[in-house]
Amino acid sequence: MSESINTYTVSVYTENNIGLLNRISAIFQRRHMNIESLNTSVSEIEGVSRFTIVVEMTEEQIKKIIGQIEKQVEVIKAYYHTDEETVYQESCMFKIKSDLLFEEREIQNIIKESNARIVTVNKEFFVLEKSGRRNEIELLHRELSVFGIMQFTRSGRIAVTKEPMEVTQMLEAFNH
Amino acid sequence: MKETQIIEKQDASSQTKVRISGAEAVVKCLLAEGVDILYGYPGGAIMPVYDELYKYKSQIHHVLTRHEQAAAHSAQGYARISGKVGVAMATSGPGATNLITGIADAQIDSTPLVCITGQVASHLLGSDAFQETDIVGISTPVTKWNHQITKASEIPAVLAKAFYIAKSGRPGPVLIDITKDAQLEEFDFQYKKCTGIRSYNPIPVIDNSAITEAAAMINAAKKPLIVWGQGILLGEAEAEFKAVIEKAGIPSAWTILGASAIPTSHPLNVGMVGMHGNYAPNVLTNECDVLIAIGMRFDDRVTGNLKTYAKQAKIIHFDIDPSEIDKNVKTDLAVLGDAKESLSLLLPHLNLNKHTDWLQKFKDLYTIEFEKVIKNDLHPTMEGLTMGEVLNEINQVTEGNAAIISDVGQHQMIACRYAEFNKSKSNITSGGLGTMGFALPAAIGAKMAAPDRDVIAIIGDGGYQMTIQELGTIFQTKVPVKIVVLNNEFLGMVRQWQELFFDKRYASTEMVNPDFVAIAKGYFIEAKKVTKREELKDAVAEMMACEGAYFLEVRVEKEGNVFPMIPTGASVSDIRLS
Repeated sequence: MSESINTYTVSVYTENNIGLLNRISAIFQRRHMNIESLNTSVSEIEGVSRFTIVVEMTEEQIKKIIGQIEKQVEVIKAYYHTDEETVYQESCMFKIKSDLLFEEREIQNIIKESNARIVTVNKEFFVLEKSGRRNEIELLHRELSVFGIMQFTRSGRIAVTKEPMEVTQMLEAFNH
Repeated sequence: MKETQIIEKQDASSQTKVRISGAEAVVKCLLAEGVDILYGYPGGAIMPVYDELYKYKSQIHHVLTRHEQAAAHSAQGYARISGKVGVAMATSGPGATNLITGIADAQIDSTPLVCITGQVASHLLGSDAFQETDIVGISTPVTKWNHQITKASEIPAVLAKAFYIAKSGRPGPVLIDITKDAQLEEFDFQYKKCTGIRSYNPIPVIDNSAITEAAAMINAAKKPLIVWGQGILLGEAEAEFKAVIEKAGIPSAWTILGASAIPTSHPLNVGMVGMHGNYAPNVLTNECDVLIAIGMRFDDRVTGNLKTYAKQAKIIHFDIDPSEIDKNVKTDLAVLGDAKESLSLLLPHLNLNKHTDWLQKFKDLYTIEFEKVIKNDLHPTMEGLTMGEVLNEINQVTEGNAAIISDVGQHQMIACRYAEFNKSKSNITSGGLGTMGFALPAAIGAKMAAPDRDVIAIIGDGGYQMTIQELGTIFQTKVPVKIVVLNNEFLGMVRQWQELFFDKRYASTEMVNPDFVAIAKGYFIEAKKVTKREELKDAVAEMMACEGAYFLEVRVEKEGNVFPMIPTGASVSDIRLS
């Protein structure tokens, strides 16, 4: 097994319970491991939540972490995948002075070329939203920071896997 | 997914609904789970439940400990000796936080506990109300599961789930926090036992090919060694285990929590592994060709340096918990599942074997250990009393039939090394967490769960003073536990390390102790102190003959050391005899 450090996307299917976020994040904290990003949402299965966690570690480490996550009573199933095995996106928002939109032609070009979307415009500011890979978002951030950014935020990664997940079948098996 | 999702399965048979308070429901749930005894301490936020316990006192016995930590440890002692779920109860805030040490101990030693804490009323949550603490947050890393109840109607299903989770699969502690308004609220109560949770698979399905592969590896082995742990006791697999080792003729060693699964005198029982374990199984761990680990977790105190641990051997790991596989030691073959079932499936595939020459190696190394260590521990010729000779004297009287509840430190290692066991679940000690103060309250719980057994607590003078207040519980309940304090006027194990690794700088390990006999007598407990070898035999006999509780202090050699010893970071085969 490779000892090299890789980026892994951890997908955790869980019951929707108060405190589970705490329980899962504590698994990383206890081992002095940083979480690069974390997103929770509903999943494709009604009533089932999905955590998407991005971490950087060795495969040996991530395997143990998955074991610890799956051990939690309210975790239905946990998986880990490499970037190549997933389709993933992040999203970000910029709040920028409206004047710049009209005065700086280059901003308009940047928006067009980056496939960013203007969410709203008013007299004081406009809001730009961009979804994509981390490097695309970072490029856009660099280009816009020249002009001044009033606010910036970026979401955690969300990802779907290329391989099918078998959680639905697992849950159906329980019904019988 | 189907329209009706089943998240939890419940027992089909159910009682009719009755309208009662949440507090009464808690007691009814405990009764429905067969709880006859619980340990706890009342306080503001749990008072409605205590009021119901008063009404139901003919059906359920609440033991008032003198500290909530002791309530948790007593519940552990109860659970460890009986295999049943131990129950502890406390109020909010400090009551709840005091349980934490016991909960953490139960978590690392896989002990089934249900801890119930009162909480401030739900409208006060997060307001820094009097005795409010986030016990669900605090207990999360040390519980198998925990949950806060804010509505009475949640009580039956959540408590049913709590008992199911605590006991099933690899057992562990569960904490249920109940707000005071939920205790007071009335609702239509109906109890159904929990029989399954969709997100929780407590017992992995056994892979038959793993069983046959394991059998093939064991049958081909020339120098097999079994290291078994508490999984045999928790899975009640003692008979199956004995059948397996006897058929295949495999020398078998135990971890501290695995002790007593088979009798000490069994010819294939080759002793304890680990830091202060026996010489032969530690040395031969690094000579065996197949190491078969059963229901154990390769703790660092067992393995020593992992880089040099059993590198020559193929490793087969039987465990119920998939996360234990490859956690510390890489296995060549994992057999997931319940120990009882796995071992009974394994048995017919095993060849009859004796491994006479290999077993002889264990005997030869035992002889070396006996000459260099055991003889001097059990039959000393020096002036001061040894801890070992006290254990030896206890063995003479109990003939291996007592349950030994040890605390943490030198006396614990001596107790585990030398106590003789004829019966399973007889060695109750704080293994993983190493909680000083464990033994006295755990002995209370153990004796109450097994009133027909002799229960002897072996405690050091340090640990004894961590929960000495439980003499009050012993006095009040008249529980006839035997307490042996091996007093060397030191925190002995730390002192030993200071002697060996810190140039005898005895930083804060010397203890100026009170008159322990007078303290015991203050609680009206019969008590005696022994300072000379010639007094020991009669004192132990008197203690065991006493109908009630008994306290025996034995003044032992101040600077005695426990050997053998694997220094931290050393290889198991570099175990030192002196």
